[in-house]
Order: sequence, then structure tokens, then C-alpha cells
Amino acid sequence: MKIRAQIAMVLNLDKCIGCHTCSVTCKNVWTSRQGMEYAWFNNVETKPGIGYPKDWENQDRWRGGWQRRKSGQLVPRQGGRLAILTKIFANPHLPEIDDYYEPFTFDYEHLQKAPELPTTPVARPLSLITGRPMDKIEWGPNWEEILGGEFARRSQDYNFEAVQKDIYGQFENTFMMYLPRLCEHCLNPSCVASCPSGSIYKREEDGIVLIDQDKCRGWRMCVSGCPYKKIYYNWTSGKAEKCIFCYPRIEAGQPTVCSETCVGRIRYLGVLLYDADGIERAAAVEDEKDLYQAQLGLFKDPNDPAIAAQARADGVPEAWIEAAKRSPTYKMAVEWKIAFPLHPEYRTLPMVWYVPPLSPIQSHANAGAIDSVGEIPDVRSLRIPVRYLANLLTAGAEAPIVSALERMLAMRVYFRQRQLRDGDGLGVLAQAGLTVAQVEDMHRYLSIANYEDRFVIPTSHREQAEDAYGLKGACGFTFGNGCDSGAPRPTLFGGKMGRRKVIPIRLVDT
Amino acid sequence: MPSAAYVNTLLFGVYPYICLTVLLVGSLIRYDREPYTWKSDSSQMLRTGQLRLGSNLFHVGVLVVIVGHFAGFLAPHWAVDPFLTPTTHQLLAMVVGGIAGLIAIIGLSILMVRRLADPRIRLNSRKWDIVVVLMLWLQLALGLLTVPLSAFHMDGALFETLTTYVKGVVTFNGAAAAVMASVPLTYKLHIFLGFTIFLISPFTRMIHIWSGAGALAYLFRPYQIVRAPQSRAKEPVRS
Repeated sequence: MKIRAQIAMVLNLDKCIGCHTCSVTCKNVWTSRQGMEYAWFNNVETKPGIGYPKDWENQDRWRGGWQRRKSGQLVPRQGGRLAILTKIFANPHLPEIDDYYEPFTFDYEHLQKAPELPTTPVARPLSLITGRPMDKIEWGPNWEEILGGEFARRSQDYNFEAVQKDIYGQFENTFMMYLPRLCEHCLNPSCVASCPSGSIYKREEDGIVLIDQDKCRGWRMCVSGCPYKKIYYNWTSGKAEKCIFCYPRIEAGQPTVCSETCVGRIRYLGVLLYDADGIERAAAVEDEKDLYQAQLGLFKDPNDPAIAAQARADGVPEAWIEAAKRSPTYKMAVEWKIAFPLHPEYRTLPMVWYVPPLSPIQSHANAGAIDSVGEIPDVRSLRIPVRYLANLLTAGAEAPIVSALERMLAMRVYFRQRQLRDGDGLGVLAQAGLTVAQVEDMHRYLSIANYEDRFVIPTSHREQAEDAYGLKGACGFTFGNGCDSGAPRPTLFGGKMGRRKVIPIRLVDT
Repeated sequence: MPSAAYVNTLLFGVYPYICLTVLLVGSLIRYDREPYTWKSDSSQMLRTGQLRLGSNLFHVGVLVVIVGHFAGFLAPHWAVDPFLTPTTHQLLAMVVGGIAGLIAIIGLSILMVRRLADPRIRLNSRKWDIVVVLMLWLQLALGLLTVPLSAFHMDGALFETLTTYVKGVVTFNGAAAAVMASVPLTYKLHIFLGFTIFLISPFTRMIHIWSGAGALAYLFRPYQIVRAPQSRAKEPVRS
């Protein structure tokens, strides 16, 4: 056993209000640059829907993630090393920018400068790729917001598999949920495995997956290799970029920007200790439905003295072991088992987990007649089909989802009974397999969700790896060519960052 | 007016070394000082369209041509002569090179049309991107023109002259340029443009050829890469 630590994230979808604050703050901080306008390191999708980029969950089309051979060996779904190299001249599975959307702005200047007209002047959309007017904006990063568009298209959502989806197109049966997505910082990342340059790596000390911008050659195999389509090709710099889990903030003990600014307080960050030696075996279990359990088995109990001792021996700092004991993500994923990995069937062992959302109870013919199992409402009477959530979070295994939803409902019933003095709530706890201490804890973390409970992030120990004295007075972030003032600077080797000044755009009428 | 011999020595005796030196030293400097600019600069994401066909045809064709040039001109006599007569050697070069060159130029034509005609690609091309495409197209065309020309001298003599020249250049033989004086113009242009392409490579996206060769290391590395903090520590950057 080799213990390593990772800062894992859990998102409580039950509380996501779909406000996109995470996406916008992330965009402002990290991707408001030419070449990355179309890229959202964090985006929020309305489900059901085909998502961003279009149809990203359809791995028959995009070939992301891993494939298990009959021998039990894992190979990237887009092919082994030799097969990937043969695709280097043109990647057959690379999404085009239109699969995300053509980035645009508007001709705002026209509103100021238009001559007197019989009609109100209109700001036409302008492509940020060509600077030319666009006839029509046809797709965007959030085109399906709150069930926008027709059901026929949205129903191509991959997660409808084995669900009688037709009835969910009817108005009275419709359902929706929000799914904020970011890089999963997987334990078994297929982007790393797909990179011919070896430029993508996982950081040993906190598990963050990064692209070495100096080593990336723009072969773009990682874009197709990532099943979550969370690696973006910067069409200006010619390099791949991805969510960096706000590592400069994480190193300083601060939450990521998306977590910090989350209005609904749905995001949690905490240390998970995992067995690095077990990754290969866990990712290669035969039945996809066992992948969730297999990954769960990798997470080790920091309160177990033997595990803590092993972690110390493997170089995990003491502060990280202490943080792991107070980790909200450990509690949700391992202790309460209410959080799940997104699409474990991709075999990448993702480390951003989700608490499935509850939904209104589908009232049946007789209003008020709520189906219940014991004292807990029947989770199968919830509007969002359990099978849909299972397809999303457990590769189709329904039992863990049912159990998690029951526990969340049980928490509500327990507190309701106590509040209304309608019983002691112990019966419902027994039914859901929770103790009083656990349910009080769940309430504290899920409902109250204090900042210090949500984010338990130990600072990194860069001083052990780097010479702090040497760093004194050095510049922070650069594009590798000396300190960067942010202004494009021509060099002998074409190092100029932006080739065209895009804003303000000069309108080219065609 | 410089004499013909002087020009010949300048273009085929001196110029190649300038080009090769710039190629080597320029690439090293760029690799070391400007790693962020080192990339293949693919435009596939902006428009897939004809790129798959064009790029695959071009790259496969041109790789065969490059390997063919190295093998054909640099293989020592003792490795070739027992198996091939000069005539068959030349015929082999003409057939394999001709087919591969044709494949490459068809692919490059597709890529060129795409780069010039598609506004998305055109507007986001550096000047060098367009120049490189045109130069490569011209070079392939010149190379292909030599195939029918060679058919007039199937004795392998001209071929032997060119081989002597190329071997002379790579072995730093100062007298090698002299043999070029009698070579037909098309060959001279092809060789001159070839060295010019070497010359400009470090300043263009052509440097991705080095990385293409480097990517072969991928075949021998484990799938997963984990970097420890110690291994990532870099020299602090100052302006």
C-alpha cells in the first residue's frame, strides 16, 4: 500500500440553484483570453440535455476514457500508444469548435454610432474567431438552460439509457437538475495517458492534474482522451489548457474560485487519503457497476492509526493527515455514502463527486397519496428517475443511489419529527441505517454548511521543495518567456500571444 | 559580376552550412528560451473539414519522401551496391519518391486551399504559416519535376553526382559544391529551396518536426505520470 493524498471536491446537487456564479467567476479568473473564449473550465449544465460540448457523454462518438480488454488490461478508448501516434496528423475524434460553440461578442459600437434610423439600432453578433458578423448564434455553452430547446434533442441525453424517456417529454412529468462540471482530477486520468509529449501530469502531493505548458506540443490527443471533455485546445496559443483546480489558492489553503463564490454553498473541499497501489486494479474491475465500490475501496480511513502511520511513512505531511480526519469529502463519500463519482464507467476514477438531488414527489392520481416505504417517502416516486441518476453517477447501479436519497430524506423526516414534536425520529434513522450523531453531522454539513466545515484545506509545503530565498522577487505567473506584463510581445520565434487585436473589433461587412 | 564558380560555391558550398547551423542552433535556442512557443499549431479545432484527408496524405507522403532522401543519398555504397544497380536504384527512387511526392502534394494542396480560402483559418494564420505552406508546395512540385527529368538519364550518373554532393555536404567536404555546376537547374532550385526551408524552420511551426520524432518516446513510457513537488521546482523567472 502506498498512501497519497488528494484534495477532492464534492458538489451537493440537491442545493445547486443553477446560478452559474461558479462558471462566471472561473471564466473571469482563468479563461478570459483570446483562444479560450469558448472554454469553460467550469460549466453548469441543465440535465437532461446533451450538454457542453454537444453529446459529450457519448463515448462511442468521442472515444474518451478507458476501455477494458478481455485480458483485464486497460487501454485508452481512442487506442493504445501506437494507435494514438498514428492519429497525430489529424485526430479523428477531436471536437470542432462548433461542437462547443462559436465564441461571439456583439457590435456594441453600432449602438453608439448608428445614424438616425427609422428603427432601433441592433447590435449584431460578431464571431470572435473571424471578427465577422454571424448570421445567427446557433449554440452556446448553456443552450439548454432550464430545459431550453425541444425535448427530441434534449432526450438524446445519454443518461436516458434504460429509462422510458417518452413520458418525460410530457409537461406534467418533466424533470430537471443542474450539473456543474469541472475537471475531475482523476486518479487514473486518460488525458495523461493519451499525451504523446508526456506533458500532462498528476501532482503527487495534492492530486491536481496539470498540463505543462512548456512541454505541450498541441497534439490534442488529450482533448479526445478526456471523457468529460474538460481539456480545451487554445486555438491562439496552440496548447491544451484545463481546469487547474485553482492550485495557487489550494496551495495557500484557500478554496477554488468556483467553491469560494458558490452562492448555494454546495461545494466541499477536503483531503482524501487513497491507496495509490490499488488504482490499476480498481479501475480495471470487470463489471462497470462495481467501479463505484472499487473506487470507494481505495479511500482509506485517516482515523485508523495504521493508515495514518503508513501515510506518514509515504511522506504525507502531518497537517494533511489531520485535515483528512476532518475532511467533509471523506464524510460524504465514505462515511455517509451520499456522494458519487460522475460516470465511473469511464474508468478514470474521478475525484469530483456529486450528491444526487432530491426532487418533488410525483403526485399520483389522488393528490396527497404519497407512496412511502416505512416512514420515508418512496424515492422511486421522486420526479427524477432513479435510473437516470444511476446512469449519471454509478454506471447504472441503482441501490447506492436509492440508499443515498433515502438517507437525505430520512434526515429531513428526522428533523421534521423533532421540530414538530411528532416523534423522536429514531425509527426513520434505523430504517436509513444512520445514527443520531451521523444525522446531526449530516445536517450540520449539508444544511448549515459553514465555510470552515465545507473547506478543510491544509496548506502545501512548497518550502520543502523549493528554495524560497531564490523565489524572492521572482515573477508569479508567466508564459515562460521572462516576466509577462500581459501585453503581447513579438519575439524572434513568433512568441506573440495575440495575433489580432480582437476587441474593439473592426467590423468587416461582407 | 561574380563568376559562376563563385556563385556555385556560395549557394551549394557555403549556404547549406549557414542553413544547417541556423536550423540546429536556432532550434536549440528556441527550445531552451521560448518553450511556450514550441508547438505544432494545429488548426483542426477551428475547422475539421478537409483537414483529416489533407493532413494525413501530406504527412504520410512527406515522411516517406524525407526517409527516402536520407536513405537514398546517405546510404554508403557497400550497403547498396550488392543489391541494386545504379539504374534500378534510380528507378526505385523515382517510383517510390514519385508516388509519395504525389500523395504529399495532393494533401498539401488540400491544406493550402483550406488555409487560404477558409476565413476562419486564413484570418488566424501567421504570415509564416502561409509562407511555409507555399514553400513546401513549391518544393514538392520541384521534386516531382525532377522525376520526368531523371527519366532521360536512366544510367544513374546524375544520381551519382547528387549523391556525391549530399555526402560531401554532410562530411564537410569543401570541394563537393563543384560537382553541382553541371547539374540541371530544376535540381539546383530544389536543393536551394530545401536548404532554405531548413533555414526558416526554427522561426516557424516547422519545429514541430523535432517533436514529432520526440513523440516516439510515448511508445515506451508508462501511461500515468506523477510529478513530485521536488521534481517540479524550476528556476525562478525574472525579467
